[in-house]
Amino acid sequence: MTDSHKEAFREEAHELLGELETSLLELEKTPADTDLIGRVFRAMHTIKGSGAMFGFEDVAAFTHDVETLYDLVRNGKANITKDVIDLTLSACDEIRKMVNGEHTESSDADRTKAITEAFRRFISGGGPAETSKKDSIAAQGPAQDERGRNVTYRIRFRPARDIFAGGTNPVPLLNEIRGLGNSRIVAQSDAIPALPDVNPEECYTYWDIILTTDRGIDAIRDVFIFIEDDAEIRIDVIDEAGLFDDETDYKKIGEILLERGDIKPDDLKKALGAHKRIGELLVESGIVAPDKVESALAEQQHVREMRQKRQTAESGAASIRVPAERLDSLVNMVGELVTVQSRLTQKASSLNDAELTMIAEEVERLTVELRDNTMSIRMLPIGTTFSKFTRLVRDLSNELGKEIVLQTEGAETELDKTVIERLNDPLVHLIRNSIDHGIELPAARVAAGKPRQGTINLKAEHSGASVLIRIVDDGAGLDVEAIRSKAVEKGLIGPDASLSEKDLFALILAPGFSTAKKVTNVSGRGVGMDVVKKNIDALQGTIEFSSKKGQGTTVTLKLPLTLAIIDGLLVRIQGDHFVLPLSAIEEVVELSRQDVANAHGQHMASIRGEIVPYIRLREQFRIIGRAPDIEQIVTTNVDGYRVGLVVDQVIGEHQTVIKSLGRVYKSVEEVSGATILGDGRVALILDVPKLIRKAEMDEKSRKAHGGLN
Amino acid sequence: MSKIIMTVDDSASVRQMVSFTLRDAGYQVLEAVDGRDAVTRLNGTSVNMVITDLNMPNLDGIGLIRALRANAAFKFIPIVMLTTESQDTKKQEGKAAGATGWIVKPFKPEQLLAVVKKVLG
Repeated sequence: MTDSHKEAFREEAHELLGELETSLLELEKTPADTDLIGRVFRAMHTIKGSGAMFGFEDVAAFTHDVETLYDLVRNGKANITKDVIDLTLSACDEIRKMVNGEHTESSDADRTKAITEAFRRFISGGGPAETSKKDSIAAQGPAQDERGRNVTYRIRFRPARDIFAGGTNPVPLLNEIRGLGNSRIVAQSDAIPALPDVNPEECYTYWDIILTTDRGIDAIRDVFIFIEDDAEIRIDVIDEAGLFDDETDYKKIGEILLERGDIKPDDLKKALGAHKRIGELLVESGIVAPDKVESALAEQQHVREMRQKRQTAESGAASIRVPAERLDSLVNMVGELVTVQSRLTQKASSLNDAELTMIAEEVERLTVELRDNTMSIRMLPIGTTFSKFTRLVRDLSNELGKEIVLQTEGAETELDKTVIERLNDPLVHLIRNSIDHGIELPAARVAAGKPRQGTINLKAEHSGASVLIRIVDDGAGLDVEAIRSKAVEKGLIGPDASLSEKDLFALILAPGFSTAKKVTNVSGRGVGMDVVKKNIDALQGTIEFSSKKGQGTTVTLKLPLTLAIIDGLLVRIQGDHFVLPLSAIEEVVELSRQDVANAHGQHMASIRGEIVPYIRLREQFRIIGRAPDIEQIVTTNVDGYRVGLVVDQVIGEHQTVIKSLGRVYKSVEEVSGATILGDGRVALILDVPKLIRKAEMDEKSRKAHGGLN
Repeated sequence: MSKIIMTVDDSASVRQMVSFTLRDAGYQVLEAVDGRDAVTRLNGTSVNMVITDLNMPNLDGIGLIRALRANAAFKFIPIVMLTTESQDTKKQEGKAAGATGWIVKPFKPEQLLAVVKKVLG
């Protein structure tokens, strides 16, 4: 069957599956609708029938059980339940994968089996199934199972002398053998007579072939089908997965030759008496031709390779499972190593010893690699979390009488394991909110000129050292006025406060805030969002809303890739060191006394024509001492605003192993942790956004209370 | 250069199906309506392979194979015969006459191509 035929079937199948899903979702609401049941049955029947015709036997076999169940339902012998719908939906997904040819992993086969078994349980519970039909299709299954097991064969192919007269060329046959799998072919020339006796129209050569294939012995016989009556063809199984697994090493050359009948036992015994390589010996003594030994060697090597491959495939497999704590302790140790390494680097540079510096640099390079590798081990694709939400959306939207589909993007985006674990709850809350408050009821959507079915898009993407997760819905959008009046009512803002839309949206995160007109059991009790904020804060992340009334809402979570080690900028104020996360930093410029004087007491600096407010950390942390004549401003970008942080000196980049400060210091918001420097001193890691917010608030309260300034 | 295959059959539909399949796979195809037509057309031309029916008027398949094998130009080319399953004796006869292989009718296009590939390489 040509590819265009298959393509035609694929298209047809996709259409059918689409219709099928729609029918199933409708059927869920009206389980007794015989029309719908008939439609589901026919769709399954067509997929099965066409599948078998166009070479999709797996689709046909798999669909059979689904069809059987709906046949029973159609005849009133079984009932549609929610479980049946669930199962059928997952069956649709399986079929789609099979049709697309994505059905290759063994885990796929397991899932398929599980679904099939589930259907059979329903069938047996619902009444007698048409067993005869099922058997005929199931019979095709094992034949395919046998494929995929690699067996190694030894083939001796000695064509009849007059093979050419029949128009047969042995070379294409050998090529066909090569096409079956991994092979080694050794030509045997010992039957070629001396030149005067050669008839050029005859074939004297024969071949020893070692072939590893999963296609079975019949496929090999088929190669020689036209000449099997005339040629000598011997096929022996010499290695098979599962049968010879205990033996890693293969037979000795002597044994192989003996087995093939190329030498006699006596010859072997004699040869073994001498202390030489058996192959060489046998050739030297003229017992066996060099080609024969070469062929035996090929067999030996081939089988050894195959066995080795099999063993590495078994033991090394695709992955190893390791307890999470072991990984955590590895990360801790790498952290310690990073600290020690920075001490070494510092010491080397202070000693000014070229050789030691070289070693220190080498250690640094290795440490960075080790750090990155260790971190990557902890990285998991976020897709595992995403997949849970599909179900959540379906169940909740049904409960609320809404029609919503969840689309995901960037499921392969990787994040630190701990981040992913702690991300689950906030995401559940946010998605629930989108379902409950965001997406309207189907009727309201249609009235607003939108498609009946609402969409929630869950996207993840990398952005520098962070991961952005967006939850986009095409619902009603946030009601700015409702938020404002609610905020006023709760006393969060004054009645006449003027806030930007963005700041207003941020109020949603305040404790006890909920604008839902009535409380449903999905959301609306106002407990979700502040918990979400707390969780995201704990992950060093930020959360942001944007919305257009009538068009939808986008929630953006920005999360750090990892929590254990960050790239930081080490700065100094007087005798104290601080680390600023590098991800938040834009640039470093100088601030001279002249600049300060020019600003007339305002904490503003002009950086390339742009006015940037700054915070003097020396003042913020009340560090006593005199600032140097030239200070440095580290400019950061927080929530789209540029703010400078003034320090005495910027020392440079620093691989920062984050250590928790412990519970005692939990209330100190501006500091997210601490790290140990190369010389053993402690540097505090600053939480830049919070630091800036705190400074802002201090400034406001100072103004409000008519403080010194 | 693409290889040339001659299809010999008195049934136009079989010839058409064979030609279509082979041309589609990139071969050049010559057609002959029976054994005698084939021998005439092959006089002076060379082909890489012949696919012939067995039951044909004027000169049948077996006769054609014998005639071709007697000619030095066609002594070693692959000749494949189209048979029906009931013609097992014919198969043996054909092999003895020098046929390389056979295809059992009815066959699918991919079976035909598999055999051509097997004998032509």
